[in-house]
Amino acid sequence: MSAPGSDSQGMHYLESLPRRAVTVYLPLAVFVCVLLFPFYWMTITTFKPNAELLSREGNPFWVLQPTLAHIEKLLFQTSYPQWMWNTVVVSVVSTCASLAAAVLAAYAIERLRFRGAKPTGLAIFLAYLVPPSILFIPLAAIVFRLGLFDTRWALILTYPTFLIPFCTWLLMGYFRSIPYELEECALIDGASRWQILVKIILPLSVPGLISAGIFAFTLSWNEFIYALTFVSSSETKTVPVGVVTELVEGDVYHWGSLMAGALLGSLPVAVLYSFFVEHYVSGMTGAVKE
Amino acid sequence: MHRLLNNRNALGMLFMLPAAALLVVFLTYPLGLGVWLGFTDAKIGRTGEWVGLENYEFLWGDSVTRLALFNTLLYTVAASVLKFFLGLWLAIILNQNLPFKSFFRAAILLPYIVPTALSAIAFWWIFDAQFSIISWVLTRLGLIDRYIDFLGDPWNARWSVIAANVWRGVPFVAITLLAGLQTISPTLYEAAAIDGASPWQRFWHVTLPLLTPIIAVVMTFSVLFTFTDFQLIYVITRGGPLNATHLMATLSFQRAIPGGALGEGAAIAIAMVPFLLAAILFSYFGLQRRAWQQGGTDR
Repeated sequence: MSAPGSDSQGMHYLESLPRRAVTVYLPLAVFVCVLLFPFYWMTITTFKPNAELLSREGNPFWVLQPTLAHIEKLLFQTSYPQWMWNTVVVSVVSTCASLAAAVLAAYAIERLRFRGAKPTGLAIFLAYLVPPSILFIPLAAIVFRLGLFDTRWALILTYPTFLIPFCTWLLMGYFRSIPYELEECALIDGASRWQILVKIILPLSVPGLISAGIFAFTLSWNEFIYALTFVSSSETKTVPVGVVTELVEGDVYHWGSLMAGALLGSLPVAVLYSFFVEHYVSGMTGAVKE
Repeated sequence: MHRLLNNRNALGMLFMLPAAALLVVFLTYPLGLGVWLGFTDAKIGRTGEWVGLENYEFLWGDSVTRLALFNTLLYTVAASVLKFFLGLWLAIILNQNLPFKSFFRAAILLPYIVPTALSAIAFWWIFDAQFSIISWVLTRLGLIDRYIDFLGDPWNARWSVIAANVWRGVPFVAITLLAGLQTISPTLYEAAAIDGASPWQRFWHVTLPLLTPIIAVVMTFSVLFTFTDFQLIYVITRGGPLNATHLMATLSFQRAIPGGALGEGAAIAIAMVPFLLAAILFSYFGLQRRAWQQGGTDR
């Protein structure tokens, strides 16, 4: 991505290599090391036997006798697989539902331009700015009254409160970039609005849909405060809540299995992200621009 | 029926229905309910009675709440300032012609995409009093002779959670500012250089003014999410030691859910709203787009 409308190469070639090494490569190396160290540390701890974990001798940055004991304990002696399954179900369902609602809403605001579309768009943006930590107490009361407490439905229905505003806002920007002429042609040819949405707008906005979907999926995978508040039994917990609340037993911390839980819980989003980096970045920056 | 479906107002309402219904039931209504709960003495399992400003009066005199407010302000200001400078620096580095640029960008964003609760556990382990890797390295280097009690001492704990928050937030600031930097045409820098501007002057008079609008948005988001942060604190310290790291959000959870005092918890949560509004308004009016940044003339 270079700046629009210019063939300029920039002036980086004017700087000498030693100078660049100090001003660019060295700080970059430090940034990357610091930002990635906790992941390295998570991984190495996962495979360390307890004897090595709890000794101050030797080199802590490496494993001498790697072990799968922590992962085995996690998979077979805790409800971890169940938490994983819950997280997948909740994330997939709430992401799909939010995406569907957001497509319709964004199309209505951006293209149908019904009376009151502008204020509605603004309201959607404001809804995006409402943080979950001021909503969780009244939401807990509502979830309880609806009889959804301690079910996956509690999470599936509440996650869209932050997913829909985000996806709608992102898709509004995307739809805006699709030329009106395409729609006008279709209208003249007798297509209904629904046909236009399904056959013209949606195929053209696949990258936007992927961005919104990936972003929404990671947001719901990472959600913590609602899952902590609305769910209490082990069978309905999600991975972040399960690891934090159930793997910590008393004062003895099982660092090995804690780190294994953190690592395995991070992997799905990390893998998904690595396949769609560009979409993810455009989703993130797209939501901030404008 | 067919005509109805081609009427833009009717169809617009129909298309808005799913999103609007969900948001009204699970966002607008709870927001109002939260305000109402703040004025009641509701407990878990018991609808409360109207008590007026009693909750707020109690919280105003409550030393723990005052401490939480102080912690929240310190946490937000310190973490946001650090995130801004480090993020801007990283964005400028990434904007150079680098080999493996997309790899670096992907790697750097990793802290932002993994679940915060899970990376917070890694920080908990890194800050462990007995086995902290930081203490291990510092002792080996001969800089300290006793392991640092990162989470047991109030001020150590505060800076530790701020460090973890900065670690998590820098990638977001850096990558979004990078997107802003990439829209600035290199010809502007060349023109400035030909006119004899030093690198510092080019940054101060070209980069910064053109970047201000996006900085405003990014920092508004950053302040908003730092001020209302919950996960990091809950996982790393649970507000301890001696409430030294309790934020408004963690305190309201503590009072409302394990403590059962829904009304009091809701009042703490609602008390955050004026600060959030102030932050949003400040960035909106203080840093909004100026006409000259879009090629027009300033009044």
